[in-house]
Amino acid sequence: MESGMLLPDLDGEDGAEFWAGAARGELLVQACGHCGAWRFPPRPMCPVCRSLEIRWEQASGRATVWSYVVAHPPLLPAYAALAPYNVIVVALDEDPNIRMIGNLLAAPDGALNGLDPASIRIGEPVRVVFQTVDDVTLPRWVRA
Amino acid sequence: MAIVGIGQTAFGKGLPDSELSLACQAISLALDDAGVAPEEVDGLASFTMEPNREVDVARNVGLGDITFFSQVGYGGGAGCGVVLQAAMAIATGQCRVAVAWRARKRASKASRPWAQVPQRLADHWQWSRPFGLLRPVDEVAMLTRRYMHEFGATRDHLANVALAFRKHANRNPNATMHDKAMTRDEYMAARWISEPLCLFDNCLETDGALAVVLVAAERAVDLPQKPVLVHAGAQGLPRQHQTMINYFNDDPLLGPSWAAAKQLWRDADFTPEDVKVAQIYDAFSPLVPLSLEGYGFCERGEGAAFTEDGALEWPDGRLPTNTAGGGMSEAYVHGFNLVLEGVRQMRGTSTSQVEGADICIVTSGEGVPTSALLLRS
Repeated sequence: MESGMLLPDLDGEDGAEFWAGAARGELLVQACGHCGAWRFPPRPMCPVCRSLEIRWEQASGRATVWSYVVAHPPLLPAYAALAPYNVIVVALDEDPNIRMIGNLLAAPDGALNGLDPASIRIGEPVRVVFQTVDDVTLPRWVRA
Repeated sequence: MAIVGIGQTAFGKGLPDSELSLACQAISLALDDAGVAPEEVDGLASFTMEPNREVDVARNVGLGDITFFSQVGYGGGAGCGVVLQAAMAIATGQCRVAVAWRARKRASKASRPWAQVPQRLADHWQWSRPFGLLRPVDEVAMLTRRYMHEFGATRDHLANVALAFRKHANRNPNATMHDKAMTRDEYMAARWISEPLCLFDNCLETDGALAVVLVAAERAVDLPQKPVLVHAGAQGLPRQHQTMINYFNDDPLLGPSWAAAKQLWRDADFTPEDVKVAQIYDAFSPLVPLSLEGYGFCERGEGAAFTEDGALEWPDGRLPTNTAGGGMSEAYVHGFNLVLEGVRQMRGTSTSQVEGADICIVTSGEGVPTSALLLRS
């Protein structure tokens, strides 16, 4: 990969729909086609009703910060070059038990290390943005 | 079932011996300690991440016909489960003399799977690693920050853990950090690895191997060492758990310890209040307060406060913990060294022996599908 970043397999069995949605600027959550329960990460069977039916629903992209870290070396070279940078876990507004991992940026086109990590607060509202790395579109987050 | 022999190699970095040689040395020492001949061994148990196959170990050490062999998964969560598998195999008659072991070299690629991930991720790592959450320390730091937020834990609490284990290592000539004292100021000044965790919140990286020998309790009385009984054991893989990036269930801070603890204490003849010494898996310092909560040594959210006033320190703390130095200051061999220190405490031969302790809890990794043992003298 050009970027040297670790990136998803866009054709993976469980993740392809999610990453295709991200490429369209949509934050998709897997829902059970039978009982409607949301689940993340995506997987074949609904743990509530054991249905294999799947549908994908677009989330609002509104969330709050659930936790965060600030990574320092030793790291893989592509990441070390940007360190220290933050990684956050967000809880989606629609269902706070649906949590996703991402990064908090100063602006939608901001760099991974562009935000002062000391300013991050658990519980602060954020909204999704999309950034392209090589041929992958990653959901990241800015302050709402 | 009883543990009747223990053996370990030297700990170090860049040891010249191969992992197979280290495993065979540790097993050989454990058999000699037990007074058991190699050809009597008919059961083997280890980690799925163990680099050495049963066939190679058996051919080198000269073991007999092996009628039970088993491996337990999930890295640092496996250690107590490995001993438990061996004990269960004896209890069910699948073997009579079982060896459980772990050998590891830090330079080995098999030892550090996160350092060799493919660049295209199709498994669950695709949800974390693209965003730079790369290492186990990052994954645990995320839970630690949340734990601090919910329950008021501080870096001082994490320092209590690191400093207690370092003090114990300073008393253990076999510990990697035997000669290196540490102060609270040094802890606080250490470089960050993944905030809120600093260098000294991390375990060591160690080359070495350790082994234990188990037989039925009736057989143990004929052997030279004081038998150490496996009083209870348990594994734990809680509902909707997803290994170290366990951020996706309803309550991520209720880790695998909670599930293992229910089973562990169910059949035990005593309660956490009766336990006077503990060996708690410590790949990262915050796993210690989380485990203390899970195994019932304090209420939920009180694990950090439990570490105050030297509670984890020999000799006067309310629960001297990791009395050989643990993964953070003795050696990190996927937590298997904690099993051997538990045995030494029950034999009365620890370098930080807890007076009158006749029960020791040993735990494996919190944050992954885990396991635990209650040992008694």
